[in-house]
Amino acid sequence: METQIILKTKEKRGITLDPVLQIERLSKNFGGVQALNDVSLSIYPGEVHGLLGQNGSGKSTLIKVLSGFHTPDSLNFIKINGRQVDLPINQAALYEHGISFVHQNLGLMESLTVLENLMLSNLAVSKTMFIDWQKEAQRARSIFKRYDLNLDPLSAVSSLTPVERAQLAIIRGLDRLRKMRDEHSCNGLLVLDEPTPFLPAHDVQSLFKLIREIVTDGASVIFVSHDIDEVLEITKRVTVLRDGKVSKTFETTEISKAEIIRLIVGQHVDLDAMRAPTKILPPPSISLSKLTGGSVKDFNIEIAPGEIVGLTGLIGSGYDEIPYLAYGASSAITGTLLLNGKSYQLRHLSPSNALVGGCVLIPGDRLTSGAISTLSVVENISQPVLSLVSSSWALSRSALTRNTEKLIRKFNVLPSDPELLFGSLSGGNQQKALLAKWFQTSPRLILLDEPTQGVDVGARAQVFSEITQVADAGAAILCASSDYEQLTAICHRVLIFSKGKVVAHLTGDKISKSSIAQACYIS
Amino acid sequence: MTKSRRNMLFNKLFSPSSRTIFVDWFERSALVLVWIITIAIFGALRPETFLTWSNFSIILGSQSVIVVLALGLIIPLTAGDYDLSIASGLTFAGTVLAVLNVNNGWPIGMAVVATLVVGILMGAVNGFLVVYFRINSLIVTMGVGTFAHGLTLWLGNQMTISGISDSLVEAVIVHRLFGVPLGFYYALILCTIIWYVFSYTALGRRLLYVGRGREVARLSGINVDRIRVGAFMSSGLMGAIAGILYVGTTGAADPSSGMTFLLPAFAAAFLGATSILPGRFNPWGTTISVYFLVTGITGLSIMSVSTFVQDLFYGGALVIAVVLSQIVRGREERLT
Repeated sequence: METQIILKTKEKRGITLDPVLQIERLSKNFGGVQALNDVSLSIYPGEVHGLLGQNGSGKSTLIKVLSGFHTPDSLNFIKINGRQVDLPINQAALYEHGISFVHQNLGLMESLTVLENLMLSNLAVSKTMFIDWQKEAQRARSIFKRYDLNLDPLSAVSSLTPVERAQLAIIRGLDRLRKMRDEHSCNGLLVLDEPTPFLPAHDVQSLFKLIREIVTDGASVIFVSHDIDEVLEITKRVTVLRDGKVSKTFETTEISKAEIIRLIVGQHVDLDAMRAPTKILPPPSISLSKLTGGSVKDFNIEIAPGEIVGLTGLIGSGYDEIPYLAYGASSAITGTLLLNGKSYQLRHLSPSNALVGGCVLIPGDRLTSGAISTLSVVENISQPVLSLVSSSWALSRSALTRNTEKLIRKFNVLPSDPELLFGSLSGGNQQKALLAKWFQTSPRLILLDEPTQGVDVGARAQVFSEITQVADAGAAILCASSDYEQLTAICHRVLIFSKGKVVAHLTGDKISKSSIAQACYIS
Repeated sequence: MTKSRRNMLFNKLFSPSSRTIFVDWFERSALVLVWIITIAIFGALRPETFLTWSNFSIILGSQSVIVVLALGLIIPLTAGDYDLSIASGLTFAGTVLAVLNVNNGWPIGMAVVATLVVGILMGAVNGFLVVYFRINSLIVTMGVGTFAHGLTLWLGNQMTISGISDSLVEAVIVHRLFGVPLGFYYALILCTIIWYVFSYTALGRRLLYVGRGREVARLSGINVDRIRVGAFMSSGLMGAIAGILYVGTTGAADPSSGMTFLLPAFAAAFLGATSILPGRFNPWGTTISVYFLVTGITGLSIMSVSTFVQDLFYGGALVIAVVLSQIVRGREERLT
């Protein structure tokens, strides 16, 4: 299969080209999980090669092996520009090999200028003492002009729009390969690891224009993305990974979107069955209406007490911002929260008002937003109930400790010592302790963000059961998650987001890991 | 029989749990122990001058200004902010008090109240600049402090204003209880109040939450900005109280010497955070640190060591305190 495609490519071009990057039979294990299984991949000069796959398909492991972050367990060889690469790949020598990476976070320093960012890697290794800034600015201008970019080398990166930042990061990635190109007249390989999820559609087009010009110059690009439409538009060939294996490599023009989704998810898809009508629900007591803010546009939902609603989508679709917007933790432009007969304007809502109204948020990032790891378990857990369990002007340490002891027994937090530092607990126990912290306030609306991120398998089941129990007791739950298995396990309804809007709705039996994945990729 | 009993005792003392309890206890009381050892050493070397009640009453009474200043510092420090302006606040408050009382003939009671208000306002300016414009507190309080110092010199014509009301001097330094000037007891009362607020009120906890995890505190419904501004206002108030005590101690408002209190106060705050409640800024640890440091300095000066020993002692203590607390933290991290 692979050889046929290569032959075809060569025929079309009418010339023989050696691959820029050739990976043969790469495998990688993580504690018994086969993250990559016998993966082979070839990238040819002047091609944009798409890399698709779900979370956990091995896509990011592959990128991390290439960038020297992971060492493969077994491998025939990796060749770049025909030269075999020694393992583990030395990160500093990546540019010498002719590979350069642009990761999703772009790695720009906001307060520095465009030029300083562009020269970052040069300066890191440069042995010359003096920098001729005039000359460097001139060089930068000529690069920008060549790729038709409207960037000023002397303006601060913080003043750039998101797409300009992405363009700068890509140009910098390309510039890093300059030495290689000059000295060995080799073709470089640029790996773009999800550069687009936060960009609006017309900005994606200007990024694509840049990518096309780069490959016209002879470089190659690996384009990692979740967005099938984008991959179909920009790539020449695509490799789909599934469960750590190459599901298929194919010419982009010879395949349909439905076929790609089937390759990604591993099952047949009925495109029309996905758009299920909204079910009529019992009269709700809780609703969010006309919520707009961040990347979310005009989101409306009614939730019944006892209902668990999942929110999901691909990265950048905005689903994960909803808990924070609904809680007043990040500011919404418009929107109303109706809770217990009271209505709150989200623009003016603060977390303390939300709490008083009976709404709690359990953030996904435990260490920076969820808990204070340098304080004890009892200090963390008793925070919302200081004045309830005890009097706020005469705290009773023993009452607080008793209350916490009771809770950590109930939520099975181990070791069950309230005086331990919160940070010394394992991820799963931290999460259980956080559920205990907030569930003790008997909230009416619970907003969850990735409730089982970094939680081990045993604790995961327990977190699920706590969430279902609190829902059975009458709380309404909104759960943002990219873990489809988790959504399947606990949700009554799952809403799928794309570009800030709900594009699909799954209920009851229709919720399954694969149906959610399909819905995410179709949109 | 005796052997087995000895074994039991050994096990009891050195079993893992009691060992951590022992280490814990030692860590908490190390500062007090070191203080006692210091007293013992100087007492042995110079029993006739050092080990006298008058010497102790001088040590206890003269340091109330630094104690109050250091206690003021630990409030914003607990909330995660530095207040470098607190020593300038001290001299500013002293000068305001003297100008009102001496130059303008205000009754001392009214002048004291006005001075306290000035201190709170200065803290409010610090807090507003830090919170509203999101500027690092180090820079803001350094600027505000220098500005206040300039104001002090302007207001007092760059001169020491003497002739302060006798009733203030009497209330601070002349009247004594158990042979110790009343100023010491004022510091002790403030220490007790702060200790109570830190340990037994929701407000004290909120201060701690804000200092340790601002985002967590915000998402937990705590009004982080209000707490931070409140902490600066409290330290401003404490700076003013220290200023009033200073004027009461010397009977005059000196526009410049207050600045020398800043480093000792910081040294005491950080050294205090290594004991009593290790890892946390705490009022008793802070107070004991002030007295430990001054005991060392007094002892050395009785031994007629040169005056530069003061800088060596305070500077060294600050660095050692920070190193110690880093080691404590490192050990905790290894335990986890």
